[in-house]
Amino acid sequence: MPVDDMEDAGTARAVGAPMMTARSAGLLACPNCGRVHDAKTRSCARCGMQLPSGSDANLQRVWAWLAAGLIVYVPANLYPMLLTTTLGRATETTILQGVADLAHHGSYGVAFVVFLASIVIPVTKFIAISYLALSVQRSTILRAPQRHRLHRFVEFIGRWSMIDVFVVAILASLVQLDFAATINPGIAAISFALSVVFTMLSAQSFNPKSIWLDQDGVKP
Amino acid sequence: MGAQLANAENLRAQPPPAFAASGAMADLVACPTCDALFRMPNAASGQRVRCTRCHTVLAAPRDGAMTLIVMLAATSLILMLAAVLFPFLELTAAGLTRKSSVLDVILVFVDGPFVGLAVLVAALIILLPVARFVTLIYVLAPMAFGWAPARHATAMFRLAERIKPWAMAEIFIMGVAVALVKVAGLAHLSLGPAFWAFVALVLITATKDNFMCRLTIWKTLEQRAQ
Repeated sequence: MPVDDMEDAGTARAVGAPMMTARSAGLLACPNCGRVHDAKTRSCARCGMQLPSGSDANLQRVWAWLAAGLIVYVPANLYPMLLTTTLGRATETTILQGVADLAHHGSYGVAFVVFLASIVIPVTKFIAISYLALSVQRSTILRAPQRHRLHRFVEFIGRWSMIDVFVVAILASLVQLDFAATINPGIAAISFALSVVFTMLSAQSFNPKSIWLDQDGVKP
Repeated sequence: MGAQLANAENLRAQPPPAFAASGAMADLVACPTCDALFRMPNAASGQRVRCTRCHTVLAAPRDGAMTLIVMLAATSLILMLAAVLFPFLELTAAGLTRKSSVLDVILVFVDGPFVGLAVLVAALIILLPVARFVTLIYVLAPMAFGWAPARHATAMFRLAERIKPWAMAEIFIMGVAVALVKVAGLAHLSLGPAFWAFVALVLITATKDNFMCRLTIWKTLEQRAQ
């Protein structure tokens, strides 16, 4: 069974021993489909993807998108997400106020989901991506397999922050009952959506192979 | 089966050109996530070959997977049509009733400073999922029939893979759930047919993605192109 073979091969090696990689073999691997080429190849023979040249860890792009995401995340929290008008009385709610309202009405479960998606996940992402980017050039406490899991987690969880934007869109389209109640989107909806998009782009720009360079004995 | 390159030292001792000249490079695969180099085993249907270091799936061939993916993608397309056109929520408050379809959700943003948001929401919940279904059908239908790949199949499959994280139908469903609770105190809400179409769509898309193995499809595309 191939799976078993591979497991055996994996455990037979001493932990932390350098692994044979495309890079250490002097070859260039396609980051998209795994096809191996000689180092001078420019685009993948299998999938046509442009191959990265040299030790391109892409960190500049990671930091740029992350900074952009962080900048728009500030107004996303300060400005109102929802403009509600009930019987002629207008109220503005920010993300945190929305969470507090939900909790106040006893919907603790939903309040928790919104808090998770709008506050915890974005903040975790900012910290996790910064950590991953910094750890490319520095030695860190987390070892490569753990950092690999962290990157996978960030890529998986990031999209879920978009929940609150959809909630605003749904509420605004539904609650247009003239005098009784009207809900309109606030400016924070835009900046929050942008923040999610920018941090997703940041996580995607990060080259997961750079996590393992240290272990492979190759310094970037 | 030699799943793993037998011994790192042995191969390193070989000068790389020997490797290139042997023409064996098509049999090798470098893990797309961690760059570890493997000689690909001929995995049987239903088996999953994973990278020993980071456990990324390197091959997961399954008999009939291509046909299944094409059928599931086609089903998703039809469901999307229903999900967009029928009302998905109905709200009653103070004697007024309002039905809302997915299109209404998008159109609400169209005037004023929120045009960009309208475009973004439309893209995330309708356009990109549809683009993914269409590109997958375009690439995989000829594979399912055992034909040669369609023109520009590689570019199309690359596109389908790029779109994947941006198709957010399942997150929209969660948004609907949260919106239901938020409005509960204000008005009476009931779910329309489009909501259930959307739920079915999300489940089918998840099943389809579970059947898909990127690297296996790339290999198949390459083999059929010859």
